[in-house]
Amino acid sequence: MRPGTPPVLQLTGVTKVYGEGETAVRALRGVSLRVERGDYVAIMGASGSGKSTLMNIIGCLDVPSGGTYYLDGTDVGALDERSLAIVRNRKLGFVFQAFNLIPRMSALANVELPLAYGGVKAAERRRRALAALDLVGLADRVHHQPNELSGGQQQRVAVARALVTAPTLLLADEPTGALDSKSSEDVMKIFDRLSASGRTLVVITHEEEVAAHAKRVVRLMDGQIVDDVRVTPVGGLPPRFAEVAP
Amino acid sequence: MNPVEVLRFALRGLSANKMRSALTMLGILIGVAAVILLVAIGEGSSRQIQQNIQQLGANTLTITPSTFGGGGGGGGIARVFARAGGGQRQNTGPRTQAKNLTVEDARALADPANAPSVKSVSPVVTAQAQTATYEGASHSIGQLVGTYPSYFEASNKPVAKGAYFYNDDVLAARKVVVIGKTVADDLFGTVDPIGKQITVSGVPFTVIGVLKETGSSGFQDADDVAIAPLPAVQQSLTGFGPLGQILVQAKSAQAVDAAQSEVTEVLNQRHGITDPANPDYRILNSASLQETVSAAIGTFTVLLGAVAAISLLVGGIGITNIMLVTVTERTREIGIRKAIGAPKGAILGQFLAEATMLSLVGGLLGVLIAVIGAQFTIAGVKPVIVPTSIALALGVSVAIGLFFGSYPANRAAGLRPIEALRFE
Ligand SMILES: Nc1ncnc2c1ncn2[C@@H]1O[C@H](COP(=O)(O)OP(=O)(O)O)[C@@H](O)[C@H]1O
Ligand SMILES: [Mg+2]
Repeated sequence: MRPGTPPVLQLTGVTKVYGEGETAVRALRGVSLRVERGDYVAIMGASGSGKSTLMNIIGCLDVPSGGTYYLDGTDVGALDERSLAIVRNRKLGFVFQAFNLIPRMSALANVELPLAYGGVKAAERRRRALAALDLVGLADRVHHQPNELSGGQQQRVAVARALVTAPTLLLADEPTGALDSKSSEDVMKIFDRLSASGRTLVVITHEEEVAAHAKRVVRLMDGQIVDDVRVTPVGGLPPRFAEVAP
Repeated sequence: MNPVEVLRFALRGLSANKMRSALTMLGILIGVAAVILLVAIGEGSSRQIQQNIQQLGANTLTITPSTFGGGGGGGGIARVFARAGGGQRQNTGPRTQAKNLTVEDARALADPANAPSVKSVSPVVTAQAQTATYEGASHSIGQLVGTYPSYFEASNKPVAKGAYFYNDDVLAARKVVVIGKTVADDLFGTVDPIGKQITVSGVPFTVIGVLKETGSSGFQDADDVAIAPLPAVQQSLTGFGPLGQILVQAKSAQAVDAAQSEVTEVLNQRHGITDPANPDYRILNSASLQETVSAAIGTFTVLLGAVAAISLLVGGIGITNIMLVTVTERTREIGIRKAIGAPKGAILGQFLAEATMLSLVGGLLGVLIAVIGAQFTIAGVKPVIVPTSIALALGVSVAIGLFFGSYPANRAAGLRPIEALRFE
């Protein structure tokens, strides 16, 4: 690690409380987490342990109740709505469990969307979107609409959409939760390749099989980190990459 | 995101849900078309009635005999019996014998010393349903008028072909006639009627002119007329009895009221009317009739407009409904767009453009349909489009579309992405 480069992610004492009074739910109870550039982190935990809550905060989709959050050196809490939109667009790529593609728009149009919001010119946009779709192995499905694609294909379109802007951090919340094992394997291979090429990934999962792809595994319980294990070094290759390498 | 991009996104959004877009547009289309067409029908019937009134002539007073409360004199009796209610209308005051209108009355009215505001006076007799024939062709003339030359101007009946008759013709009781378009078409077809001789109830008349077509529709065909010199008609058809009416033309629009009081004074004196509230004649003032009818028609048009406005409102409620029904779906979509970094402005712009396009295209199609519909005669009325109704209907529809289209977008665009994504 070069000195002076800020960590991609620096959470300190982050808390999140849903609701108020007696019905208040303390989903996060002081989470501190630091993720360096190039790392591949799996966040594990039982259902209800606060994984999605944490991910939504990291993805700037939600705001924490307490604590600080630095993304790539900037204090996210101090950003206004405008700057937040730019951060989501340029620095973050989000893959949801439910795919969340926009219906009745072709795969290509879906992948182009973040570039359009980022002000990229039409021709350049198309070129990059096609490249991203090619990377996830869907070069022959670019004009299909989401309802004409299988779950695994939809999720790969979503991955292409998340990585097309070349974000600093790629986030995935149970990306294989709605997929069969074959499709899951496809998606995890893509993640391995992205990690091998130097991208920073944070993936949420409750499946050990998925977590085994990560360089580092963080375990969450009742809104707190209870375990943090490094499998391979930040600068190294992901543990399962050798198996998928051509 | 430049404006072109925003428009492209909006177009894509609309075409993504064609059925919904089409239905929304249809609601606006119907509302807009209804407003424009109904107002056009109101305006059309108003014009039509105005036109019919104008055929009475401009600045004219039509004097007809009246036997209301009749003293029971002379020729009045027949008319008293003709009116079912005549017998019950008991006189409220003393009244001398009702007198008929005569050519002498007309002559007195034409005297500038008596009636300085009067321009011309035309005594009129009419004979209904006279059969005219020409070389085997036969036509029943709706109204055969015997009068003086001034009648043409006063009653607003210009000659299109040939000539009027003149005072000489009247003095000599020449059997000449000016016929209306309907009569000319029926009797002569494509033949030029000028100079031809027709037979009216056995009496030969020479056609000297054809009246300009009035083109009016209505209960009576205003072109089914023939006009001949007064004595000629009296001699051969009606006899030298009382006049059917006297048509008085005032010198100007401003002089109509003055002329009316002058005429009243002369006739009251000549007919020995002691109770001015109960004379034996009636005066129809074309100007005041027009005013009254215009006011009534105005109310009618406002009513039609109100009905149309309600349909526009119903269309608007339809739009609101469709927009609200899709809030869930669109809110999720907005959540997704925000999650991938859409700025609030781009989202609002897209939805605003969508709503504007929907209502504008729907509205313009409605205008188109209304304009096409206005080419047809609807319920006997030729609609006349009022430009302000187009502007109003279009403006209101765009306003409705904008308001109800942007309402869900505005609310959703203000949510945090995760709230919009979770929206059910
Ligand atoms: N929008 C919300 N409102 C109230 N409580 C919530 C909300 N989202 C999550 N929670 C609660 O917060 C806790 C953590 O939820 P979540 O982060 O979704 O867990 P996980 O993703 O690990 O299953 C749960 O107890 C859940 O019920
Ligand atoms: Mg979850």
